[in-house]
Amino acid sequence: MATPTPSWEPVIGLEIHVQLKTRTKMFCRCSSGYGAGENTQTCPVCLGFPGALPVPNRQAIDWTIKLGLALDCEIAARAVFSRKNYFYPDLPKGYQISQYDLPSCVNGNMLVPTENGDHVVGIVRAHLEEDAAKTVHVGGATGRIGGAETSLVDFNRGGTPLVEIVTAPDISSSEEARRFLQLLRQTIVELGISDAEMEKGTLRVDANVSVRPSGSTELRTRCELKNMNSFSYVARGIDAEAARQIGVWESGSELLQETFDFDAATGTLTPRRSKEEADDYRYFPEPDLVPVEPSAELVERLRAELPELPATRIRRVERDLGLDQAVVLVSGGLDGLWAAAVAAGADGKVAANVIANNVVGAGVDPAAVSPGELARLVGARDRIPRQAFDEAIGKLGEPGFSAEPYLADEAVSDEALLEPIVDAILAANAAQVEAYRGGKTGLLGFFVGQVMKETGGKANARAVNELVTKKLAG
Amino acid sequence: MIDTLRLTAEEAIGLLERKELSGAELHATYIAAIAERDPELHCFLSTVDEPVGAGIPIALKDVISTRGVETTAGSRILSGYVPVFDATVAERCKGAGLTLLGKTNTDEFAMGSSTENSAWGPSRNPWDPTRVPGGSGGGSAAAVSAGLAPWALGSDTGGSIKQPSALCGNVGLRPTYGTVSRYGVVAFASSLDQVGPVAKNVRDCALLYSVIAGRDPRDATTVELPEPVLLPSDDRLDGLRIGIPKQIDVLDAIEPGVRASFDQAIVRARELGAEVGECDLPLSFEYGMACYYLVAPAEASSNLARYDGVRYGQRVDGATYREMVERTRDAGFGPEPKRRIMLGTYALSAGYYDAFYGQAQRVRTLLIREHRAALDTFDVIATPTSPTVAFPLGDKATDPLAMYACDVLTIPSCLAGLPGLSLPCGLSEGLPVGLQLIGQQFGENTLFRAGHALEQAIGFDTVPTRYR
Repeated sequence: MATPTPSWEPVIGLEIHVQLKTRTKMFCRCSSGYGAGENTQTCPVCLGFPGALPVPNRQAIDWTIKLGLALDCEIAARAVFSRKNYFYPDLPKGYQISQYDLPSCVNGNMLVPTENGDHVVGIVRAHLEEDAAKTVHVGGATGRIGGAETSLVDFNRGGTPLVEIVTAPDISSSEEARRFLQLLRQTIVELGISDAEMEKGTLRVDANVSVRPSGSTELRTRCELKNMNSFSYVARGIDAEAARQIGVWESGSELLQETFDFDAATGTLTPRRSKEEADDYRYFPEPDLVPVEPSAELVERLRAELPELPATRIRRVERDLGLDQAVVLVSGGLDGLWAAAVAAGADGKVAANVIANNVVGAGVDPAAVSPGELARLVGARDRIPRQAFDEAIGKLGEPGFSAEPYLADEAVSDEALLEPIVDAILAANAAQVEAYRGGKTGLLGFFVGQVMKETGGKANARAVNELVTKKLAG
Repeated sequence: MIDTLRLTAEEAIGLLERKELSGAELHATYIAAIAERDPELHCFLSTVDEPVGAGIPIALKDVISTRGVETTAGSRILSGYVPVFDATVAERCKGAGLTLLGKTNTDEFAMGSSTENSAWGPSRNPWDPTRVPGGSGGGSAAAVSAGLAPWALGSDTGGSIKQPSALCGNVGLRPTYGTVSRYGVVAFASSLDQVGPVAKNVRDCALLYSVIAGRDPRDATTVELPEPVLLPSDDRLDGLRIGIPKQIDVLDAIEPGVRASFDQAIVRARELGAEVGECDLPLSFEYGMACYYLVAPAEASSNLARYDGVRYGQRVDGATYREMVERTRDAGFGPEPKRRIMLGTYALSAGYYDAFYGQAQRVRTLLIREHRAALDTFDVIATPTSPTVAFPLGDKATDPLAMYACDVLTIPSCLAGLPGLSLPCGLSEGLPVGLQLIGQQFGENTLFRAGHALEQAIGFDTVPTRYR
């Protein structure tokens, strides 16, 4: 991927759609659950039958306000749902109900901790809307409605609550975008309002990208990227689009405002076919609903319910572990376990390594881990056999897990026991010994590995290392 | 033998309570009356011959969803559409034991003032079948006056209950916006649509209103009634302050015979003890129609977007999705919905919103204030309901603006969300004239009380002369 040349600077704004995990849909009482049979979670309201009326989901409104508070937004004393009118088969009423000019949350920001202080990303707005249904186009080359032989619609998703978060164009690299998204996602997950999983589509990201000469403040034509289903694809898509735009400007051409799908497999950007009609959504206030007017008491109650936010915790954990490790722990939702393990007596740095690498690597659910047992394992990491340690980590999440049986299993570090084995290995691999002594010191790991294999993994790796090094030097 | 032309709903309830008649017998009596007179009048789009329930019958305007009974809203595009759910008002009627007699004719999507815009042909006025019954709820109003139903429900956006009641000589109430659920009522203009009763007299009207009114958790715009509905019995109007907008004196559209009848009713009101004065609604008369014909079509253009042929109703196939939708809507909608969809789409378009829809909403706010100010001084505002008596079929069918002008007196209070009662106050050229009483928000009980006392004093015979 081409890196932007130093003379150009990307300007990036993100639009993030978050599907709220309310039990029911935004405007009816159908289940919003995922994975049920097609069109089984529908009713006259979400199918747009004549005379059916929307009734807002209070939980969704409360959660939107809560998210707004977490993003330091102003909470509107009066928010209004509007109708966004357009024809599409996934839109049964012929309009989408969405907050428009008077959203619930405006003027916020999120602080993304970096090595050089906090990177402030402005939140222009966060508003509540209903999701469209899911369409599947059969036949035709592109999977689009044009050219399809038949189109199938599953209305289960139609009407589920979505919050759209729009950032200011305050992001200037794909890496900044990735860090922002990680932190935002973790914030959303910790608020308990969404699973925020890109693979499931409960978190969707569109990026608006433009470039400008470094140091300038102008805003040039931007293009929109859609269809990126992981954070690293978002980052790659942004890089690809920025490089493309720089190429366009440097060739002396004019950039056209377009929307692209990013194909992560090939790294290519495919322009979306422009719509047949110009966008005029004829927004007007939804007359079937009354304005959302949250009381000051409600807003304060929701504010009081906010947990300590990830950005704050990163700064706190950073003091012990440095920024990178703090970001890894907090963004992975692991810092709680880490702090508890440290409180139970574990060394901070070792515990952080074990959690971020071993625990996560073993696929253990951090929430199921007893911090006390984890602390005992962390303390014994260098003393017990590697194999026993890994096995214990793998079982950390099991109910009633105890580290006790593994702690008794001392690794062999007695030189008297190890020396004959080391000697035998060196004797059997004379050519490698010769090569090592000739300067190929990278072979050390080979000898250590042989010894570990011979001892069935029970040798203390550090002791073996020291012994082999001594023997080879001698 | 039951005379359905004279039997009130209250009397019918008495017959059932005293077990002089069964619900099924009563239902059959009305079905027989329909068989006799409806071929000429065409009030009903469908009938339910076997009653479900044991109470007295009711007819519902065809914009009200009825589970298992075709509901077309007078439109070809909903031909064959059978709802899987009851509108809340239909459910409440069922809950009160009322049996569905049938679905009554309406202008397509309740857009019109004569029922001539029904895709299924016009209804006719029982006083003179060469004339219209008014609209859009002409089917319900004509059915009640012709003794084809003891009472009925209509829906009113700009006058669709009050104006047909006036032209057919019966009593219709457009309730305060928000007191009756719109859930399951095929939407025309959401911020204006209200369901209300049509009956032979004010007490029946009040009784039916008490059945359907009250908050519905399925309609977010509804509220609880601040006070229970009271059946009126008082014959006096002592202390009631009646305001007459001075603007009606210079409204040329009001026929002299209509004005004479109205003035007679006001004389009666004074005799009953009412204090009558002049009120001022200048903005309402100057801008009410223009405001309405921006707000209502704008909302209609959006409300009618769901008729795309994808999920229900009629579909005309096409090679692509767009072609299918275009053909379906072209074949399914008649000229009036098409006209209003175009008007509304234009009024909401980018660059025009502020000048049209936005401006209309600001005007609407002024009309609300103007009415509120008048109703600070007066308990009710009185005008004729319709500037004319029933007009001949075809008279205005090709002139949309002339048709729109039928509602000049009913529209302003609809925009203000206020309740309005129309009751017959006399005849002009042998045809009924309606008196409109507009009340304060939630002022239905006042309207019932005033309407009942006037009704007693006027003594209007609701049976069309040709049936007597």
